[in-house]
Amino acid sequence: MTILSRVKNIAAPLIFGVVFLALWEGVVVGFDLKPYFLAAPSKIVEQFFKNTTRIWEATVVSGTNALVGLIVGTILGIAMSFVLSRFRFLSQLVTPLAISLNAIPIFVLVAVLNNMYSITSEIPRRFMVTLVVYFIVLVNVARGLTQVRSIHVELMRSYAASDLAILRKVRVPNAIPYLFTALKVAAPASVITAFVSEYFGGSQNGLGSRITSNIANSKNAAAWAYVLGACLLGLAFYTVSIILESLTRKGQTK
Amino acid sequence: MSAAANISAVEVVATSKIFNQGSDKHVDALLDVNLSIQSGEFVSLIGPSGCGKSTLLRLIANLLESTQGSIRVNNKTAAQARLDQDYGMAFQQAGLFDWRTVRKNIELPLELKGWDKDKREARAIEMLGLVKLEEFGNMYPWQLSGGMQQRVAIARALAAHPPLLLMDEPFGALDEMTREYMQGELLRICAETSTTVVFVTHSIPEAVYLSNRVVVMSPRPGRILEVIEVNLGSKRNEQTRAADGFFRSITAVREALRGTHAEHVAANAIRGAEDR
Repeated sequence: MTILSRVKNIAAPLIFGVVFLALWEGVVVGFDLKPYFLAAPSKIVEQFFKNTTRIWEATVVSGTNALVGLIVGTILGIAMSFVLSRFRFLSQLVTPLAISLNAIPIFVLVAVLNNMYSITSEIPRRFMVTLVVYFIVLVNVARGLTQVRSIHVELMRSYAASDLAILRKVRVPNAIPYLFTALKVAAPASVITAFVSEYFGGSQNGLGSRITSNIANSKNAAAWAYVLGACLLGLAFYTVSIILESLTRKGQTK
Repeated sequence: MSAAANISAVEVVATSKIFNQGSDKHVDALLDVNLSIQSGEFVSLIGPSGCGKSTLLRLIANLLESTQGSIRVNNKTAAQARLDQDYGMAFQQAGLFDWRTVRKNIELPLELKGWDKDKREARAIEMLGLVKLEEFGNMYPWQLSGGMQQRVAIARALAAHPPLLLMDEPFGALDEMTREYMQGELLRICAETSTTVVFVTHSIPEAVYLSNRVVVMSPRPGRILEVIEVNLGSKRNEQTRAADGFFRSITAVREALRGTHAEHVAANAIRGAEDR
């Protein structure tokens, strides 16, 4: 029964994906669509394997930018959330700002940052990813640190626990699931931000710039091959965040 | 009653509690409460919702500060008694920490007292035996039933062997069968550990079955209307629930509560008449 439902869970989306790709191929071939209008999946795969080295190089560039930003942003976000949970008046100042910044595409700021650094620098892109990740982590972890059950705080006070003890034994453990929720959102967001940042000038070495330059040259199938690389990179980031989460939650999943 | 009688465990003198004094959300929660609880006694606080029984419990626990009057616990100020962890506390929700195993939950108050690991572990295992959950130490709270979780909460409250146990409707969320079982277990545990208990409840039979004395409180502002002695002896069991004395005490508590009810209705009727 459980095996059957597991097979169903995997098979259903797989079949859907295959049918979708077959339809796509069929439409392109059947209506004789020109490659610059819509490339066939078979052509995209062909391009992907023809350019694996170049796609890999571009993936490393974008992936490194995303990873550096993800790590730095997470560390800064966690640090700031501790400060905010300690000083509530600061939180009242910063939290509305952080939430509104999460709602707008702030990566357009990279255009401004590009003007501040040399044109070949990766710093503006990494800075941009850092900023995006920072606010996602900050908002979530600060919530985890402050939204603890009142019964737990009351209990700790009945044990004459210090604020530091409450932080260590209640607030931090409570915030850990919030951190992983943040990372699940931040990991794909860091990849997207790294790509999009490349659209605003700078070196033409990442996945995002390759996609634009290939489209500009009407090499549609090649552009799609880079898109495929981008999808794989995003998936890799997301998978790692899920694995990390399951490792820390070992034995206490509900 | 136990041999330790006449040693005061809790001393509440002329205590009042006003919330939000001076603002338009002003609430007189407690008014001039006097209550003396002897060591080894089991005392229940009963009354309608909003009568301040939980407030009184939190004043004793020093989780709230009284507006007037003085409270002494274990012959110390309530604040000092809290700092010395002279009491354990249990609430309606077990309030266990999901990220800690059952044993680690019980060890928490001991960790905060700075006990070393071996001593903590030995005590936690002793407490698991006391609440008959020996095999569950390495499980997580959410793997246990509600009644078992509440037993863990009691084990945690008693882990440091405090002389006083403060309980705020601890069995309120349990079904009737589990509830009666837990009442029996609580009496057994308190007898074994000679712990003094202050117990807040909504249930008249529960208060009577457990207590040496039942404190009946009035609706807001909370005052003590009557203190009813329950003479059912120190050994109580399932037969106690069918005894004449049990029903007499239930009737006495009910009448004391209804007295407040009658007053309340009369007051409303007068107010209604004035409105007309």
